[in-house]
Amino acid sequence: MENEIYSLCFMCSVRCPIKVQVKDGQVRWIEGNPLVPGMEGSLCPRGAAGINMLYDNERLQSPIIRDGERGAGKWRKVGWDEALDYIAEKLKNIIDKNGGQSVVLGERTQLATHVSKSFLKAIGSPNHFTHDALCKGSVNTACRSLFGYTDAQLGIDYKNTKHIVLYGRNIFEAISVKEVNNLTQALENGAKLTYIDPRVTVTATKAHRYWMIRPGTDLALNYALINVILKERLYDSQYVDRWVQGLAELQDFVQPYTPQWAEEETGIPADEIVTFAREISRDKPAVIFHFGYRGASYTNEIYQRRAIMILNSLMGSVEAKGGFFIKKGPGEVGGKPARKLTEQEFPKLDLTRFDKVGTPEFPLPDPNHGVAQILPHAILKEDPYPIKALIAYRLDPLGSIPDTALTKKALDKLDLLVTIDINYSDIAWYSDVVLPESSYLERTDCIQQANGLKPQMFLRRQAVAPRYDTREGAMILKQIAERIGVGRYFPYENMEELLRWQLDGTGFSLDDFNAKGFVAYGKDQIFWDRKDGLKFKTPSKKIEFTSALLENAGFKSFPVYEPVVRPNGGNFRLVTGRIALHTHVSTQNNPYLHEITPENVLWINTRKAAERGIKNNDVVEVMSEKGAGKIKAFVTDMIHPETVFMLHGFGHEAKLASRSYNKGVSDSLLQKNVSDIIGGSPALHETFVTVNPA
Amino acid sequence: MSKYYLFQDTKKCIGCHTCTIQCKSHKNLPVGPRISQIIAVGPKFVGGLPRASYVFMPCFHCEDPWCVAACPTGAMQKRAKDGIVFIDFDLCVGCKACITSCPWGAPQWNPETGKAVKCDYCMDRVDQGLKPACVTVCTTHCLDFGKVEDTTRIRRERHAQAVAALDQNA
Repeated sequence: MENEIYSLCFMCSVRCPIKVQVKDGQVRWIEGNPLVPGMEGSLCPRGAAGINMLYDNERLQSPIIRDGERGAGKWRKVGWDEALDYIAEKLKNIIDKNGGQSVVLGERTQLATHVSKSFLKAIGSPNHFTHDALCKGSVNTACRSLFGYTDAQLGIDYKNTKHIVLYGRNIFEAISVKEVNNLTQALENGAKLTYIDPRVTVTATKAHRYWMIRPGTDLALNYALINVILKERLYDSQYVDRWVQGLAELQDFVQPYTPQWAEEETGIPADEIVTFAREISRDKPAVIFHFGYRGASYTNEIYQRRAIMILNSLMGSVEAKGGFFIKKGPGEVGGKPARKLTEQEFPKLDLTRFDKVGTPEFPLPDPNHGVAQILPHAILKEDPYPIKALIAYRLDPLGSIPDTALTKKALDKLDLLVTIDINYSDIAWYSDVVLPESSYLERTDCIQQANGLKPQMFLRRQAVAPRYDTREGAMILKQIAERIGVGRYFPYENMEELLRWQLDGTGFSLDDFNAKGFVAYGKDQIFWDRKDGLKFKTPSKKIEFTSALLENAGFKSFPVYEPVVRPNGGNFRLVTGRIALHTHVSTQNNPYLHEITPENVLWINTRKAAERGIKNNDVVEVMSEKGAGKIKAFVTDMIHPETVFMLHGFGHEAKLASRSYNKGVSDSLLQKNVSDIIGGSPALHETFVTVNPA
Repeated sequence: MSKYYLFQDTKKCIGCHTCTIQCKSHKNLPVGPRISQIIAVGPKFVGGLPRASYVFMPCFHCEDPWCVAACPTGAMQKRAKDGIVFIDFDLCVGCKACITSCPWGAPQWNPETGKAVKCDYCMDRVDQGLKPACVTVCTTHCLDFGKVEDTTRIRRERHAQAVAALDQNA
């Protein structure tokens, strides 16, 4: 028996469309959905390792309940009823005593996020948060301050660009397949690539211009670029006159930030900055100053991300072919999106969130995502109220929230810690109950609403029966909800029923997805009219360089630039990043991916290493004020002397994930838990470390 | 050489190892052998810019394969119809003579089967009119597979386009 299924990958959060071939109940082949432009068969290495994940015996195989101290690794295998009854009883007690708000659920945003949000609404908790703030909270806020749209509501037309500028957006290693292919196509057509990063990455090796910038000074570079662009009137004046609010204020503000000034701060020669500004402006509006994928490095992150998007606005590249576009939803062509469970009527809630987002203390981060790194502080201080239970759904606070020791201390205060995952993540290892989710090849999932130039819907479809005693997340949460008396908000008995409920009223049926794995609301790309048709959602309906969002909350649109703190000579700024072979903290135990990249190493500049007597491949001790670890040194000229770099996601503590256990060092262990308090991102590059021979 | 040609457009290759992993997955190989492998060389600064090479190493499918000559059991064979060099696993006794003889390290060791394993251009797929695993899922489509004449033509067309572009700017 052989069949082919169109589905969506989930080795990372990009959700690339795939085609899966199944023979005799086994997945035999996965390739990128050949019918989707930009995919055409392509996968990334993680997508290629999907079958290896499916048949890995070190995955979670059944519900387990802790049978010893937290983190001791003593488990009791239980059935689903016992696990769910156990959780429900604990939750009921906690909610009765402390209220629904004492329960927090955190997850990486996924197709069933509307189910998790509904679960919390049903039990009377405002405390849903996602991984997003840890990654790009400040990018989200920056975009809202300028356009009234979040970063997720903006797309990038890579394929038609003439010049793309990447600030550490390591696009050829932190891979999203369609983006890579569309950009590759643009480069083939003659587009220019400017890459700015303290470290040489694969992306740097493909660039036409590379600047090894002093870490943390991208904002200074951008202010100097704006200075030149305004002084020499290199901007798209027609667009700017029509759509921008606050050009005069910007002009006054950037006066002192000359290329000469920026040279001292960034290490980039002033004349190169001027040449670059002139060069890129010739290609406007088909230019992209990329706003980043992860934007969570510095305490002034929001202003760096705003400066990037101000540059795009000056180039007229927002809603332009070869630039950015505002994603169009089904409503644009008279269609209806799939329903979400969150649209139901829930009991009214008027409670402060655990992270205080939306209050005067933390007014601007997006409450749809919350601010994850506040969780340890909130639990420890019981501020705004005691938190008693955490459900970690496909999110690992220990590996993702900076300062692991602080996070553990906070988790120790909880009465209940539940993990829903497919792997022995570190948070699973530290939990009271672990509920194994069926992997993406073993489950049907909720509808993916894919807004863009052409609004579409995609579907993840079960390819094979679950190998182990696992369930879909949307069913797991429903079954807990039923046990605590709020099952009525989950009107389905299986995933197909939930999908039918979602599709009701859209004009599409499940069968419509069979032919290609997706359905489209219309045929043509939708660009709005640049002269009169741009629908910015700011109060002024314009691009707000002077931002009502910021200023009404008491923040400045243009705060004076503060120079970055430089290392004191004995230490280094710790910078982290990604590789094509691993996704965050979740793939390090995959046999094939582990085989190629089993551990992280510490990149250190050749001269600085020599001063310390460190040779390539030596084991060194890297230490911050928060933690320390032993790691192999990678001695290279390809990194700025003030910086050391390590890949994110290593140093796992879960022993039953035997390949990744204790390999490399976790960056979260070393990092301080500090934030951009305006934008909402953690400032992951604000930690200094010492490096010495071990 | 086999009548096929596996073309790597090094300009588009990003050294991501998707080829290596899809190959292993398709052949169901354990940890260890990587019969189509990317080897990164660099980065180094060349003319002020960092540059690296991501060299793709499958098997060359030689015209006169030393591995075939060295194989004492006849397991290593060159397919008459298209010149693909492959191993008949029923005949392989695991003596490693092919591994010793190949100047480029193409045959590798499979510790699970105790036999050699090498790139056979996924001849199961080729015989169905498909492309090898590595080529099919290559992230940037930098790998291509076909008859020598066709792939050569692609190269010439790209070169012609580059030259023509210069012409337009004059």
